[in-house]
Amino acid sequence: MKLLNLIKLSLRALTRNKLRALLTMLGIIIGVAAVITMMSIGKGSQQSIESSLSNMGSNLLTIVPYNNVAGGARVQGSSVQSLTIEDVNALAQQSTHLSAISPIAQSSGQVIKGSLNWPTTIQGVAPDILDIRKLSLKDGTMFGDDEVRSSAKVCLLGQTVIDNVFEPGENPVGQTIRFNKIPFEVIGVLNPKGQNTFGQDQDDIVIAPYTTVQNRISASQYFQNIVASAKSEAESDPASEEISGILRQTHRLRRDQDNDFTVRTQADLINTLNATSNMLTTLLTVIAGISLLIGGIGIMNIMYVSVTERTKEIGLRMSIGARGIDILMQFLIEAVVISVSGGIIGVVVGISASLIVAHTLGWPTLISEASIVISFFVCALTGVFFGYYPAQKASMLDPIEALRYE
Amino acid sequence: MSKKILEMHDLKRDFIVGSETVHALKGVSFDVEEGEFMTIMGSSGSGKTTMLNILGCLDKPSGGSYILDGTDVKNLNRDELARFRNHKIGFVFQSYNLLARTTALENVELPLLYNSAVSSSERRERAMHALDSVKLADRYGHMPNQLSGGQQQRVAIARALVNEPVMILADEATGNLDTRTSYEIMSLMQELNTKQKKTIVFVTHEPDIAAFSSRTVTLRDGLLVKDVKNEHVKNAAEALASLPQTEDYHS
Repeated sequence: MKLLNLIKLSLRALTRNKLRALLTMLGIIIGVAAVITMMSIGKGSQQSIESSLSNMGSNLLTIVPYNNVAGGARVQGSSVQSLTIEDVNALAQQSTHLSAISPIAQSSGQVIKGSLNWPTTIQGVAPDILDIRKLSLKDGTMFGDDEVRSSAKVCLLGQTVIDNVFEPGENPVGQTIRFNKIPFEVIGVLNPKGQNTFGQDQDDIVIAPYTTVQNRISASQYFQNIVASAKSEAESDPASEEISGILRQTHRLRRDQDNDFTVRTQADLINTLNATSNMLTTLLTVIAGISLLIGGIGIMNIMYVSVTERTKEIGLRMSIGARGIDILMQFLIEAVVISVSGGIIGVVVGISASLIVAHTLGWPTLISEASIVISFFVCALTGVFFGYYPAQKASMLDPIEALRYE
Repeated sequence: MSKKILEMHDLKRDFIVGSETVHALKGVSFDVEEGEFMTIMGSSGSGKTTMLNILGCLDKPSGGSYILDGTDVKNLNRDELARFRNHKIGFVFQSYNLLARTTALENVELPLLYNSAVSSSERRERAMHALDSVKLADRYGHMPNQLSGGQQQRVAIARALVNEPVMILADEATGNLDTRTSYEIMSLMQELNTKQKKTIVFVTHEPDIAAFSSRTVTLRDGLLVKDVKNEHVKNAAEALASLPQTEDYHS
């Protein structure tokens, strides 16, 4: 029998038992919908991690102090003091792979303006920070090397700080705020960047020349970290090695001594985060796959029932000329039609569920074509795999016995 | 002398039941010529059903030979047998065996679906033609449950005709019908036999049905005991007319 006729025949057989067909499909529907939703959530969070990291600069390199004291109490990396302005100068002069570099001297405190105040972090940086962090000015100007040299009391504010210490509509540029009693002139406003991948508000920030923060607030000659940009993303790895070499010299480390700092590239970070989210996606997909398997067993069960129920029909078809393969194809296509229809409904449900999740929970989702195509083929395969044995049983029936079956 | 449709020579069929061998057919020989209307009679246990299965190419003989339209059935495998049934034989069953919730036309089209040489438009045309020859062309869209027993059997006959087989094989085709409807079916069979020159082999245990055929073969205990030409074939249309009229039935 021709394929088109077989498909018509199986569709008709299914419409005769609508409820049964739907219940049989349910396992497949749930399985496919789960696969699509899980994968869209997984892909969505992965993409949002990647985009927010590359928003931070995909060629970003971060140098943090690292405690390598063997034995004794180890302290947190950020409280280790090993990075100084000499390191920054050495890197700026010697490196060939870096395009921009800035130290970061960080201190937390209270921003006060009139009767309003806001706890935040002040970051002492070099002018290059705008390029490195992909920051841009909404208003005003950035400080230059002169302000750095003179430890000028100037700062730029992020949107969150402005929202909390200025009246709505007030122009912050040119005004004076106090940070821990020290007055700063606001010379610029940063464009909002929103939350980063880790849920930190990137706009809750005050930036000032690093000399100002070191000399007037923290009274420390050390930096919490140094950030730099490689000339391109591809140069991140050689830049990282180059930095290690230069810093080992400036820190006068012996050959047998470990680094007292760590250089992190953005790619490392992306890989680490992706590994976690990939594992989660795999796990969820496996669970969804199990429900597909259960759906397939449901199909097998109902196909056995269907074959038994229609023994007499099979006998008749055989007596008027249906070959074993015709009967096999009839039932196999019926199973595939069930699983593929279930798959189509599942894809629709899965896409809807992803959209609902994205809309109501605000989770990032990304529906990939691959997940749709894969689940579709898995469905068809499920139909063939679980439909084959009942169909084969039908095709092996003896027409004489089948005709006599009541 | 006209062409032989089937030749059966010393046909045997044994079944092994447990440790015993049951000889259902013990060597039966007869020929059927083109255009014959033959009935096969016999009580239960006579080997009638076994004979029917072999005639219908649903089963193969254990011994002897069965040649249908020049082909020895013994040499055919399962798929070839199916194809052979599709091309050479039109089955009519006692219980009609129409597909439920499927229109009369689609039921008639069914054998052609298994014949890939027939296009869908040709299939429809031939099915309508077959329905027309059993005078049910106006009921083509009806489901089996919307048809009377006689009408259902006529749809089944149309289904048997549609592939233009060399032989129509009927198995107690009037067994489920009342006398009047049985005569209608027999009248249709006679018409197909005389006007369309169809070869018909009709298995029955009712002697009055056998009286409408031109030849009767009787089986007993797996052997052919009688093979007689019927000199005075009863006309089913006349027999039908002579039945007392009933008011509650109108075909």
